[in-house]
Amino acid sequence: MVSILHISGLVKRFDAAIPAVGPVDLVMETGRIAAIIGRSGTGKSTLLRLLAGLERPDAGRALLDGEPIRPDDVGVVFQEPRLMPWLDVAANVGFGLGHLPRHERDDAVAEVLEVVGLTAHAAKLPKQLSGGMAQRVALARALAVRPRLLLLDEPFSALDPLTRLSMQDHLLELWRHYGPTIVLISHDMDEALALADHIVVLDGPPGRVVAEFGPDLPHPRRRTSPGFQRWRHRLVDVLGSSNGNEGNGRAVTETRYAV
Amino acid sequence: MADLAYGRHAVAEVPRRASRLAVPKPLLGWLLPALLALIWEAACRTGLVAPNLLPAPSAIFFTLYRLAATGDLWLHLGATIYRLGLGFALGTLFGTLLGALTGASVLARQVLDPMIQGLRSVPSIAWVPLFILWLGIFESSKIVLIAVGVFFPVYLNLMIGIAQVDRKLVEVGRVHRLSRAALVWRILLPASLPSYITGLRGGLGLGWMFVVAAELMAASEGVGFLLIDGQQTGRPALVIGAILLFAMLGKTSDLLLARIGKSLLGWQDVVGEG
Repeated sequence: MVSILHISGLVKRFDAAIPAVGPVDLVMETGRIAAIIGRSGTGKSTLLRLLAGLERPDAGRALLDGEPIRPDDVGVVFQEPRLMPWLDVAANVGFGLGHLPRHERDDAVAEVLEVVGLTAHAAKLPKQLSGGMAQRVALARALAVRPRLLLLDEPFSALDPLTRLSMQDHLLELWRHYGPTIVLISHDMDEALALADHIVVLDGPPGRVVAEFGPDLPHPRRRTSPGFQRWRHRLVDVLGSSNGNEGNGRAVTETRYAV
Repeated sequence: MADLAYGRHAVAEVPRRASRLAVPKPLLGWLLPALLALIWEAACRTGLVAPNLLPAPSAIFFTLYRLAATGDLWLHLGATIYRLGLGFALGTLFGTLLGALTGASVLARQVLDPMIQGLRSVPSIAWVPLFILWLGIFESSKIVLIAVGVFFPVYLNLMIGIAQVDRKLVEVGRVHRLSRAALVWRILLPASLPSYITGLRGGLGLGWMFVVAAELMAASEGVGFLLIDGQQTGRPALVIGAILLFAMLGKTSDLLLARIGKSLLGWQDVVGEG
């Protein structure tokens, strides 16, 4: 049996009128990278926060291998590093390992730092780190607890383009090393295509799945390759047409005033 | 690779311009008082000022020196520092406990804070008659009065500090499934430390104010008693000497607290006080 992340009928409302998300039905194969893309305000982050247990769903559920997602299963990286400014890099990475005995924690932290290439910076404070390094620390902190499900909420969107590219390579390496199921929220089509084997297009509100793709491109994916560009065109087509969907008041209004 | 480029930018610091004054910074602050003291001394020596109203710095110094020689100075200093220390410790203890509670729990804030804020608006000196009735005129009433003065700034700053901790950091704690107590200990308290230190310094300042108030009213030793004693026996040198002692005590203790704060808050990414 292929193990899966199964989301069924997931709904979240912040006010009674329109749900922010849902109902969302999704099946994702575990051990792979799935990307959820869509414009701003389509409920991508809310969906991720539901999976992370930071929001309670109003209906539906998400099962990991047939069981409800437990908090221990999940690691989260947010858009900002969200490091504790008073802790050094090593202590930040070990933040979720408070339950372990000291030497085990130290060993685990040292190992993850090695993998993300930050061993030399273990004693630095967050204020001494660049944006890319800080986000790598956040990634290391999420990986240190050995999550089965790694949730990434536009983790590289605040970085400059070059750093973003190197972080994407980095993420692939980490994924090969640790092998968690990764759900990546992104509004960057290229990022989604470069990383994910399963691309979900969300539109709304209410946030709903409008398309799914399984790009069959071999890794590492070169952005200039014809295959990559072909997939990119298909995504643009879908995202472009979803612009005219109901619920997207802005696009409609713009057209009206333009005429 | 991109990170390497970043790192180089971060390291390349703008070279600091050397301070034009070659005087060490702490000495700079002494310059003006020393100059004023010299002018003052000269004014007294030349008879410009009546020494029975404003005695010369040297006279004040000798008054203090004589007190120190007989050992009385240490008795008075000791009494004052003891009261302040105990009152400060007591006020800080309760301020910290209640501030952490009302900061971390909305329910506790709704139940406790209005009453505490109500009590805060009572001018603290107004408690004196009550404390004297309850606790007598000796040490206990003085220490409790000082503690009351210290309590409010510590309480208020800790509560506000905790309530203003970034929700995004708290979410990290929730993702790592911290218990309520662990959340307070590992995120809320460290994050609110800057505000807490401000509260401690404010509390210490009020503590010195209240120690004087307490000693002015009824005491047979203490630096505040020296003030009253000097006034009643017509010795302005003693009064001014006692005022200078308070200035030194207050400044030293605040400096100490500021140092401790600075060493605890090195992680802050701030411009700093220089």
